[in-house]
Amino acid sequence: MSVELDVFVGNTTIMDKEVYQLWLNGYTVNDAVKVRIEGGVMEECEASAEVLLSDTMDQYRTFQMCERLLHHPAKLANQLLFQFHPQIPPDRQAMLIERYYAFDDSFVREVLGKKLSKGTKKDLDDVSTKTGITLKSCRRQFDNFKRVFKVVEELKGPLVENIRQHFLLPDQLARDYAAIVFFANNRFETGKKKLHYLTFQDFAFCAGQLINNWTLGAVDNIMDDMDVDLDKEFLQELKDLKILITDKDLLDQHKSLVCTALRGKTNVFNEMEANFKNLSRGLVNIAAKLINAKDVRDFFIDLVEKFIEPCRSDKWTSIDVNLYLTHYTNSAHILDTFKHHAVWTRYMGVIKSCILRMYHD
Amino acid sequence: MPGKLKAKIVAGRHLPIMDRASDLTDAFVEVKFGNTTFKTDVYPKSLNPQWNSEWFKFEVDDEDLQDEPLQITVLDHDTYSANDAIGKVYIDIDPLLCSEAATVISGWLPIYDTIHGIRGEINVLVKVDLFNDLNRFRQSSCGVKFFCTTSIPRCYRAVMVHGFVEELVVNEDPEYQWIDRIRTPRASNEARQRLIFLMSGELQRKIGLKVLEMGGNAVVGYLQCFDLEGESGLVVRAIGTACTLEKISSTLPATATHPSNSSPSKDMKEPGFGEEAPGVPLSSGPPTPLRAQTFSSFSPSKSYSRQSSSSDTELSLTPKTGMGSGGSAGKEAGPLKALLRQQTQSALEQRRVSSSSEAFVRTGEYPFFPLTAFPPGFLLHVGGVVSARSVKLLDRIHNPALGNTRSYKLLDWNSFTADEPETRDAWWEEIRQEIKSHAKALGCQAVVGYSESTSICEEVCILSASGTAAILSSRFMQDGPLDTEHRLSRQPLCVFSTGSERVEGDMGSSASLGFEEVVSPGCGFCHIPYDELNIPFPAQLTYCYCCRRYKVPDVLFTTIDLPTEANVTGKGCLIQARLCRTKKKAQGEGNATVISNLLPFLEYELHTQLMNKLKLRGMNALFGLRIQISIGETMLLGLASATGVYLTALPSPGGIQIAGKTPSDITYEQHISNMQKKINDTIAKNKELYEINPPEVVEEIIGSPIPEPRQRSRLFRSQSESSDEVSELDLSHGKKDAFVLEIDDTDAVEDIHALLTDFPTPAGFYSCNTEIMPGIQNWTSAIQMFTSVRVFRLNASLTSQGLNKIFSDLCENLLKSLYFKLRSMVPCCLCHLNFTVAIPEDELIQVAVTAVAMSFDKEQLLENGKQSGEKTLIKAITENDEQLQFNLELNAETPSPNPLSSPKGLSEVGSHLSARALSVDYSSFADRCSSWIEQLKLKAHTIRRGSVKTTSSMEKASPLPEGRSRSLRSNRSYSGSSVAVVKMTPLSFIPGAKIIKYLGIINMFFIRETTSLREEGGVSGFLHTFIAEVFAMVRAHVAALGGNAVVSYSMKECVFMENPNKNQAQCLINVSGDAVIFVRESELESTSVQTQSATTHTSNGAEGT
Repeated sequence: MSVELDVFVGNTTIMDKEVYQLWLNGYTVNDAVKVRIEGGVMEECEASAEVLLSDTMDQYRTFQMCERLLHHPAKLANQLLFQFHPQIPPDRQAMLIERYYAFDDSFVREVLGKKLSKGTKKDLDDVSTKTGITLKSCRRQFDNFKRVFKVVEELKGPLVENIRQHFLLPDQLARDYAAIVFFANNRFETGKKKLHYLTFQDFAFCAGQLINNWTLGAVDNIMDDMDVDLDKEFLQELKDLKILITDKDLLDQHKSLVCTALRGKTNVFNEMEANFKNLSRGLVNIAAKLINAKDVRDFFIDLVEKFIEPCRSDKWTSIDVNLYLTHYTNSAHILDTFKHHAVWTRYMGVIKSCILRMYHD
Repeated sequence: MPGKLKAKIVAGRHLPIMDRASDLTDAFVEVKFGNTTFKTDVYPKSLNPQWNSEWFKFEVDDEDLQDEPLQITVLDHDTYSANDAIGKVYIDIDPLLCSEAATVISGWLPIYDTIHGIRGEINVLVKVDLFNDLNRFRQSSCGVKFFCTTSIPRCYRAVMVHGFVEELVVNEDPEYQWIDRIRTPRASNEARQRLIFLMSGELQRKIGLKVLEMGGNAVVGYLQCFDLEGESGLVVRAIGTACTLEKISSTLPATATHPSNSSPSKDMKEPGFGEEAPGVPLSSGPPTPLRAQTFSSFSPSKSYSRQSSSSDTELSLTPKTGMGSGGSAGKEAGPLKALLRQQTQSALEQRRVSSSSEAFVRTGEYPFFPLTAFPPGFLLHVGGVVSARSVKLLDRIHNPALGNTRSYKLLDWNSFTADEPETRDAWWEEIRQEIKSHAKALGCQAVVGYSESTSICEEVCILSASGTAAILSSRFMQDGPLDTEHRLSRQPLCVFSTGSERVEGDMGSSASLGFEEVVSPGCGFCHIPYDELNIPFPAQLTYCYCCRRYKVPDVLFTTIDLPTEANVTGKGCLIQARLCRTKKKAQGEGNATVISNLLPFLEYELHTQLMNKLKLRGMNALFGLRIQISIGETMLLGLASATGVYLTALPSPGGIQIAGKTPSDITYEQHISNMQKKINDTIAKNKELYEINPPEVVEEIIGSPIPEPRQRSRLFRSQSESSDEVSELDLSHGKKDAFVLEIDDTDAVEDIHALLTDFPTPAGFYSCNTEIMPGIQNWTSAIQMFTSVRVFRLNASLTSQGLNKIFSDLCENLLKSLYFKLRSMVPCCLCHLNFTVAIPEDELIQVAVTAVAMSFDKEQLLENGKQSGEKTLIKAITENDEQLQFNLELNAETPSPNPLSSPKGLSEVGSHLSARALSVDYSSFADRCSSWIEQLKLKAHTIRRGSVKTTSSMEKASPLPEGRSRSLRSNRSYSGSSVAVVKMTPLSFIPGAKIIKYLGIINMFFIRETTSLREEGGVSGFLHTFIAEVFAMVRAHVAALGGNAVVSYSMKECVFMENPNKNQAQCLINVSGDAVIFVRESELESTSVQTQSATTHTSNGAEGT
């Protein structure tokens, strides 16, 4: 004897949060049943494994039917197929969406900055074995990234706001997605070994800085332009900063101003003084090269190699770094022959906060 | 003449992508009614088209308006090839034809395709301008109201009950026409859907005509069924009760609706009261003498037949095979003589005589009522279940070109579809005659809770009918005294709502109602209607345990709901008997014979099982009994479901005693005594579980319900053989009335196993298949209607016993799954659990369940008169919570200010209530009836209803509910993005809410087919989606009518066929119900609570005694 068909449909859709999470995590029905049995739901309700299996399969089917709608969360509000519990529809729907779009930090670290293409999707089984996240869950997360990317790619206006409106996500999650979209669009390299110590949240923070300061939408709100691409004009102007290192006088002047300001205020003053020219060359070169798309990709690796690593080997604390960068930025404005104040501020503001965020073990 | 149908296509949304190149759709809409078609413009490149069309107007006969659906087809325009259909919407415009129902259909309706399912939604507006037709010979019956509800609808009262109406129409099934071989599955499905729509419309119209003829204006308990007979055609049949209903004016200020309605309804009433009145159904022919008989039978001296159930089953054991193949005997289907038992012989003869003498009896002569609940005082006595089955061979309609000799013969009298209804009519005629004679044998003039069903396998068809023989009060019949009506009309209450009051009235005034004066409402219906000397079976009659005056049977089986006024001890529970029997494969007549031979045994065993299970639970009556027998090629399935209760009026059931036939062996003896012990333990446990502790209670409360109780009961005692009485109150098992099971009997062993393997319901759950569970009143508003379907594949070569076990486990496991699913609603009761079994193909068993889970408040379960006041308090508070949520959901735009809606205000009121106990109505009732505890439990209902009454009278002054409902709707459209919540329930009411308007009947038929079964998630995925879609479509249509709930919802048909090898499946679903508008009682009450609490202050204190 075997059950050929087994369905349960309620006028109001019953969704078990716990099972939903198991489904999202990509558990098979049988694994989910095992987890539920261990969770003790059986004793609680005098149920048998058979009943639990039937219930789990039913829930899984419901979620699969619902998944189509979750791809376009705005539709969930006026769809007719599911009637959610009349007393708490907004909460329940928000929960469904939020959990569906939630992702694992360890997963996102693997694909951050990669092209969201079929090729990347094919490699997801490697990601799955590496992170221990089920392939099914990896696929869902990847597809979510891709779906959000495709929708907002073409849209004008602020990125975070667009994501929030189209996918009905809470603020923080929308910001994270903005970061993912931004990284995917600019193809920032994040997978190199030297960058492994950085978490997704570090990158998300940096992405936020870049989106808010370096994109076209950042300067010109009226134009309603896109947030996903860096401001080309600004990148062009960054080349002008080269004068800070090519002009010998300017470089010395800058160094002396910074050293005067820092003397006695830090334990690593000597190292700082010795390294000043190197560090300054590093930062200014990064700026000058950003006009090339290829060098944009290496932005984070450059920051680490050219600045963070030297400082770290000299045992600077983050207070030292902060102090140094503050004075380094401010002193440039006092230089008489240096004219590119606006670009400098826009550039260094982001660099400083990114470095500070990235400066940890 | 006449009516003008107007439709406007507003917009579409969520359309599917039809053009892969652009990922968009160029949609337009065809609107078709009858043979007229209109088209909208093409709205290019959009998935959310805004057509905003003109009003398309159709000028049509009202006959067509009733028969035809409005058909809306959404298409994708294609310049080069044929336009692709996206999907269709069928709109039943019947609700618009009745002025008291809906006035406009407006809203988003799912666009449905039989292959792809729901594909987006379309927003439409539909209206009808109807000109009244006063032609006497008209063919239309616009204005007759239809209700699926099997009781008098909540906001109406019955002025008159006219009687039974039935009709059937027959057509060829498009799926079996030759053209089906060359058309697409989609075209075939759509042809079928459309045909069934047309047939339902026609059927409804014809029934309506009959109702008008009888002088009624409504059909209550409208039950429509399909018989998919395959090659021989498609039968749509319906039964119902014709009534004259009147809207209760206080419920709805009907100034707007009544005048417009007046002309059709007056039309109907005139003949009803006038010339025709005496001549029509129930007053004519047999009923009158019968009623006279029953009057006399009240002196408990004469007698008849009975012992409720077993005798009934015996009586119904008259399977007949229709000798379909021509000959003069064909029409008068010859019974298989061998099967007839002595007792049934006479009944059958009688049937034959009657049916031959009055070949086609006017349908009006059947005193049948599909109703299952009645206005108090309507149902006087209940005899027991009567049922009849008949096995028929379906006549094939062969294509003449291909026909062999046999089919040519058949063609003689069955080649034209026009002949078909005659044949089918004659079949049902026979069955109804038989039912009628069974009822007569039980001394009853009427059959209530009547239903008809079929089971078809290949060319064999079992027709079944069952009901409960009963004696009804003449008050609501046509010849009832007019003053009764007057008296009724003075009461602003729905006749249903307060049983107590009605009875009071009877006691106080009417002399014409003779014996009712002395019969207490709680036990009267249990008293035997038949003559006790003529009982053909050894039935045990005792004096009623309530009034001690009349005889009652030891068990009572019925197909109706538990009467609200009945005295019940403890709670009830679902009781099922399940049986599976193998049979040999056979063809044609041989097959029919085999089935006929098996039927009696099947029924007998089902009955025994029911009886055993009933006793095991310590109960003595079954309500809502449904016996379903389903035939397959190699087996027969029988499923009997009912709700067991302990009726206080009936004697306590004896236990079950096991007796061994060969008492020689000691271990054997031990085995038996072990089993006996187990059974005794189970009985004891069940009694505790269902709170059945009758004897003491009986002694205490005896005699209290009626004005001069003491004397009467004493009188009784002295009259009756008292020693016997006392011993019968004894609970101990092993008395003479104990049920003896002989263990030698293999069947008995099986039975005992079946008894002991039934799993108890988990804590916090109750279940029943009736509308409500006795002993639970304090429902919260949390309800969850659901449908669950399971199909099991059996291994070949199973014995009948093995099959039995599997089938029983199947049902048990299904129930267990339901309990688990609904665990969040605990404490709750699964009400109206309706099981349907089918054998879709060899070795498959399909079980479908539709029911509603309703939560209730646990604390209030403690039954005590004093606490009922608190019940109302808590109730009020919870309802207030609900209301807040409700408001929230509707964007909090309640038009009427609720001064008392703050919890504080309420709790103040509540404390008054709890201190002073009860409201006005109740106390006046209580004065008369004094305090009887059992009654009290039941009447917590009355308390609530009573408060409604106050409310409704208040309401005239407060904002109109009509306006309120409109505001609901405007809110709905206003809120835009969110979809209105539509509740669905198989019950006739919604807990904590008041139905203020019936919008019309919902009767929908859908077919879904797939050729990519695996891709859609296999059979389960396919059916899951389909059922969810059906729900969605029902909800959308109800919302478009302006409703917010469906009551009396049922899924009548769920035919599922699969062919996994071809990756195909097909499913047909037919659902029906009544679309209604309800308003939360808290919303209604909020304004009147103040007044109410004031009245409670002044006028009470009777409680606590």
